[in-house]
Amino acid sequence: MAKVMKKVKNIRIVADLCNGCRACETICSAFHATPRYSSNNPARSRIRIVRDPLKDIYLPVYAGEYTMSECTGRTTYTLDGKEYSECDFCRASCPSRDLFKEPDSGLPLKCDMCEDTPPLDKPKCVEWCLAEALVYEEYDEEVEEQPQVADIEISVEALIDKYGLDKVIDSIARRAKA
Amino acid sequence: MRYGETGYDLEIDLSRGSVDRVPSDPEDTRLYLGGLGINAKIIWDRVPPETDAFSEDNLLIFGTGLLCGTPAPGCNRTIVSTVSPQTKLFVYSMMGGFWAPELKYAGYDRVILRGKSEKLVYIWIHNEKVEIRDAEHLRGKGSLETAEAIRKELDDPNAQVASIGLAGESRVFYASIEQGRSSASRGGIGAVMGDKGVKAVVVRGTKDVNLADAAKFLELCDGVLKYIKWREDHPIKGVPPILQGLGSPQEMAIVDEEWHTTNFTWGNARTRRKDFWTHEIEEKWKQTQENVRTRLISCYNCPMKCGATISVQGLPTYMMKCYSKLTYTMAAFSDLDFGFKIAQKATEYGLDGFSAPQVMAFALELLEAGILTNDDFPDMPEDAEGRFFYLLEKIVRREGIGDYLADGTYWAARRIGKGAEKFDHNTIKKHEQLPLKLGMLNPVYYLMYCTGEKINITQIEGQFPQEPFPTREAREEFVKDWFQVPDEKFKKYYADWEPRGEMSNPYYPTVEASCEIVDWMEKMHYIDDALGTCAGLSSFPLKPPYHIHNFPQFITAATGIEMDKDKLWEAATRNRTLLRALNVRRGMRRADEKPPEDHWRRRFPDLEAQLLDGYYKLKGFNSDGVPTQESLHALSLDYVAEDLEQRGVYHG
Repeated sequence: MAKVMKKVKNIRIVADLCNGCRACETICSAFHATPRYSSNNPARSRIRIVRDPLKDIYLPVYAGEYTMSECTGRTTYTLDGKEYSECDFCRASCPSRDLFKEPDSGLPLKCDMCEDTPPLDKPKCVEWCLAEALVYEEYDEEVEEQPQVADIEISVEALIDKYGLDKVIDSIARRAKA
Repeated sequence: MRYGETGYDLEIDLSRGSVDRVPSDPEDTRLYLGGLGINAKIIWDRVPPETDAFSEDNLLIFGTGLLCGTPAPGCNRTIVSTVSPQTKLFVYSMMGGFWAPELKYAGYDRVILRGKSEKLVYIWIHNEKVEIRDAEHLRGKGSLETAEAIRKELDDPNAQVASIGLAGESRVFYASIEQGRSSASRGGIGAVMGDKGVKAVVVRGTKDVNLADAAKFLELCDGVLKYIKWREDHPIKGVPPILQGLGSPQEMAIVDEEWHTTNFTWGNARTRRKDFWTHEIEEKWKQTQENVRTRLISCYNCPMKCGATISVQGLPTYMMKCYSKLTYTMAAFSDLDFGFKIAQKATEYGLDGFSAPQVMAFALELLEAGILTNDDFPDMPEDAEGRFFYLLEKIVRREGIGDYLADGTYWAARRIGKGAEKFDHNTIKKHEQLPLKLGMLNPVYYLMYCTGEKINITQIEGQFPQEPFPTREAREEFVKDWFQVPDEKFKKYYADWEPRGEMSNPYYPTVEASCEIVDWMEKMHYIDDALGTCAGLSSFPLKPPYHIHNFPQFITAATGIEMDKDKLWEAATRNRTLLRALNVRRGMRRADEKPPEDHWRRRFPDLEAQLLDGYYKLKGFNSDGVPTQESLHALSLDYVAEDLEQRGVYHG
């Protein structure tokens, strides 16, 4: 398959520089309010700092993909003498925790890099992080060209996600017979 | 819908165990803004002047500033107000950290505690759900220990905890309320919390704070952040390194402590050690500090890093800021290493880092003078450090002599008697002061020490430099980009101020100029304390990002309340006057308004009288320091005037 160039937006997290102020959470929730900036509420933020000040744990984490089910089993990491749960690094909006979910509806939240028209220079959290714990980078990456996923495949995938592959096959089989 | 604020107070009666969510009056916001202003209004309305600090009728109010919880950088202050057991006056102490914004997100502007709980309890506020929970299992636990235990118990790492340690439980008159890296320490508010039977107030909120004019508000915030960055690259030369930038004095980041160690006094505010700071000390202290400091940290939504996580080998980790690394060190004539060690214990016990070391040094002076004897200190170690640790344990348990000392220098001296009163030489209105002893009277500082309702100089000063730069050229350079001044005349006051000669202390700044300078500095603090802005970004450092010209816009954009410079000035005047009225009603008068006897070696009684007269006149007070009926009327405080009239305050 052909190679194509893809623009990658990356936020480099320098956790060592985080001062734990949570300005990133404040401004993220404000940016994503409707109308824009009309309210703020860190519980709605798509970036959260995993904080445990007495253990010197300061870890900014961005909301990534939604996941239906939590991991089987857990892992604990010890880095520089500090113990982290794997969940501390995980970006998922996951049933195991209330992170990255709208506090009212429970709907999952995901970082969109503050996409806006006209585009911002950088996501708001990066702009507001004067400690420079968050650094925005854009670069081009060569990737395999992906075949266009047809709308139908997206729909089927959603059905499989919701009901499981077996039930979907059964249903299609029944339809095919009819 | 209310903007900027939530519009609700949480009323908790500890005697009855009741909790009520009560809407607040928007008119109060317009008049008193929030924070300290509204706290004072509530105390005025509901706590009669006969009420003792430890009465069931005393209120303990945790107020948030009007801008707390909005995206305005550094607006995170909790303002705690009550009647002080130590000064017997209205007291307010403040803390940064994360508590106030969290309370806003939970849907409340303040928590008002009244009554007393028979059992030790903690209060758990989680949005609409509010519980008074048993805390007997936390009795005697340290403040940080308590916070950790409660977070675990509630299984909520994001809950913000304001707690007391053993000192608060023992009603030590200088017990603090601790909250992570911050504390509200002055005036014994921790003792009032302990007296009410409350070990902690715990908050978690997941609701929105709304803004009236979002786009404008964000533009203002971006301006503040931009200026903070600029200011970081443009420190003010000619002042001590810890004061050149923004924030609290940067004593966690910076090791250079020549200014404090050689200008401030050691022991019980006694000895100046002008030659203390040497290259060897600097090297040694640098090593000590870098060894224990894990990370520089901040309060909610603030880029300044005024605090630090401190891990001394063999001791539990704690957090610290500012000058407390030196208060025990200097009171004990010891070393920085000792300062970090004892502060760990003192923070867990929850003690004011200003008062506690001075009380301990005072006790040791009494021993040396023979007023107290070795019998008063059974089994006390011989070394200075050991003695301080010994006294700390006695005080927080009110054991033996500790019971006397737990009331602070003023009351302890009077209870001990036998001439101990003479050793209480560094208090104002019964409250311990910075250990400073200087030569020539400074008229501006004279007024601030005498008249400040906070009774704590660091919460009054700022904006105007403490001393003139040596040359006119340097002073003119300084005033060039000084856009924070409310009026151009302040630039002239500073440029004309000389270190020596006719245009120097004590006769210059003139009486009139001194009063105006104090008025400006004080106003900025009253604005901060109402809005919840940290003084470190506003009223305390030179050339701050928040000032009288942008604050009105912040208020309007946040709340929709029409505000301009004059109106804000008036609101700050109203709050200042209301605080004065509260304390006048509790008996405070001109005779109480004096600095420590030995603060300056050279005093000028006539000039001092003129200064006080001038200040009172500017403030609309009569010659006894009481707000006049006319000035109260002009500030829409007629109800205050009526009350004072009824109580006969105007008739001698």
